[in-house]
Amino acid sequence: MSNSKGRFGVHGGQYIPETLMNAVIELEKAYDYYKNDEGFNRELTELLEKYAGRPSLLYYAEKLTKTLGGAKIYLKREDLNHTGSHKINNVLGQALLAKKMGKTRLIAETGAGQHGVATATAAALLGMECVVFMGEEDTKRQALNVYRMRLLGSKVVPVTSGTATLKDAVSEAMREWTSRIDDTHYCLGSVMGPHPFPTIVRDFQAVISKEARAQILEYEGRLPDAVIACVGGGSNAIGSFYNFISDESVRLIGCEAAGRGIDTFETAATVNTGRLGIFHGMKSYFCQDEYGQIAPVYSISAGLDYPGIGPEHAHLHDIGRAEYVPVTDDEAVDAFEFLSRTEGIIPAIESAHAVAYAMKLAPTMNKDRIIIITISGRGDKDCAAIARYRGEDINE
Amino acid sequence: MSKIKEAFLKGKAFIPFITCGDPDLETTAALVREMAANGADLIELGIPFSDPTAEGPVIQEANIRALSAGTTTDKIFALVEGLRRDVTVPMVFMTYANVVYSYGAERFISTCRRIGIDGLILPDLPYEEKEEFLPLCQQYDVDLISLIAPTSADRIAMIAKEAQGFIYIVSSLGVTGVRSKITTDISKLVEVVRANTDIPCAVGFGISTPEQASQMARCADGVIVGSAIVRKIAELGKAAPTAVGEYVKQMKQAANS
Repeated sequence: MSNSKGRFGVHGGQYIPETLMNAVIELEKAYDYYKNDEGFNRELTELLEKYAGRPSLLYYAEKLTKTLGGAKIYLKREDLNHTGSHKINNVLGQALLAKKMGKTRLIAETGAGQHGVATATAAALLGMECVVFMGEEDTKRQALNVYRMRLLGSKVVPVTSGTATLKDAVSEAMREWTSRIDDTHYCLGSVMGPHPFPTIVRDFQAVISKEARAQILEYEGRLPDAVIACVGGGSNAIGSFYNFISDESVRLIGCEAAGRGIDTFETAATVNTGRLGIFHGMKSYFCQDEYGQIAPVYSISAGLDYPGIGPEHAHLHDIGRAEYVPVTDDEAVDAFEFLSRTEGIIPAIESAHAVAYAMKLAPTMNKDRIIIITISGRGDKDCAAIARYRGEDINE
Repeated sequence: MSKIKEAFLKGKAFIPFITCGDPDLETTAALVREMAANGADLIELGIPFSDPTAEGPVIQEANIRALSAGTTTDKIFALVEGLRRDVTVPMVFMTYANVVYSYGAERFISTCRRIGIDGLILPDLPYEEKEEFLPLCQQYDVDLISLIAPTSADRIAMIAKEAQGFIYIVSSLGVTGVRSKITTDISKLVEVVRANTDIPCAVGFGISTPEQASQMARCADGVIVGSAIVRKIAELGKAAPTAVGEYVKQMKQAANS
């Protein structure tokens, strides 16, 4: 692969139409320049601190710890960021970069609506036009977030093609980008797609583990034994893992959405059920059939309902540095309710997948062990859907 | 000589595209024979993909129809093998990288050779990633077709220098689909291509009318039409072959008028 860029082991690359090649090359050049530019970094840090509310808390969940009776559990509270999730970290970086590149319009895909809301927010703040593509199925599951995006001045385009979920929103955003490149930046929301997106998004999300590492060293005087985060495309997970990758004593655990179980077709657990393929601009693991047709995946969580995983995660899996475990809808919903009751923190249903695995893991560990769970977002958006899951119909 | 070059020996080439298995494989076979009999110089056979990111709505829907009808890569290979008993016109597959990769690149490309497929068009395989399949394509003598877009600018020379078979010039930004007007200065793109290679160029994306075919053929060696044909197939279903044959005849004439 002599010409190929952005590889993580065999994964990554730039499998995109020729029409977009100069756009990603221009983006890579701009990013390589601005990532070391003092002015850019000062502006971004100011936005993160004074607008988004960073650093986010690393909270010792004492009641959760005692109830589970094992390892000491800390929660990295990305749910407390402005707009309610980790997505704002990446979006502020990319929107600022796009602005420096002279772009006036942002397009984005969204699953649960968290990335769409974050992009709409940054567009409003920076005075840019914004169009968000969202699977029609997801516009129904996440009606509140659709309204929030419109309120913020963005246009929301419901995508009806394919399974009308996150993967189709990504496809449609890519199609839109090929038709309008001059003034438009595709603000990709996860560590996926063609190079340089997996690297850019990872760098902007790495603030999570940069803070968490310093915070845990300050509170405990030592590194954690495990860091747990949910994985769809994998942006909050890579952000949570990144600054711990070279700390070999720290277990890195990504929780995939198993939906109704990895032995069923209604699952979105890519590492556990997929195989190597090429899609959405990258080589990585994908849920697909024997002919390479991308599988119509399923999860209760619109944000994890994606048939692929970012190339750097695929690589961390290959080399055994990170583990990827499946968590079912049932387990996630139980964790959603459990964390709400024990700590008074309503996690996003995505993040509840990470909580669910911690609930299994913590009791098997000694009390002197430490786990950090990334709460990637808050769960207000999910209340109606979880109520429905429990057979209760509430008006949002 | 690559068999694809033969396609450009009878005046300006007309290159129709259809999605295999839309609405079923018997109709695909009939369409190929009608198109070949009516002057198609090279036929692009689409292998359907679940998520065709370079396609507009018309071909996206054709992909869905074909997959819903149970079309698979193996069934398409069998179809082509049957067609090759009497159809001599050059044929290429148009599909997405994962369809080839997932089948096993060597297994896929060696089968192409065996059944008589002359080239491969993969819209999600740009110059930088062609090493993924190029060595196998060379080994089995299947041309890996390069695409050039209105945004290619400084990349055209690099792409053209290493191109095989023919060069697919993407006429417009965006995805496949009928356009009322093509605003890109195609002759300028072709000029740069010509300065770097002598393999033929064909223009595609957005072409549907005889006027457009004639206009595009004036600055290139061939004209590719997909969505306009696929739309006829969507309307007429199994009855489409006769109408598509007539259309191909008309477009081949227009391209050479």
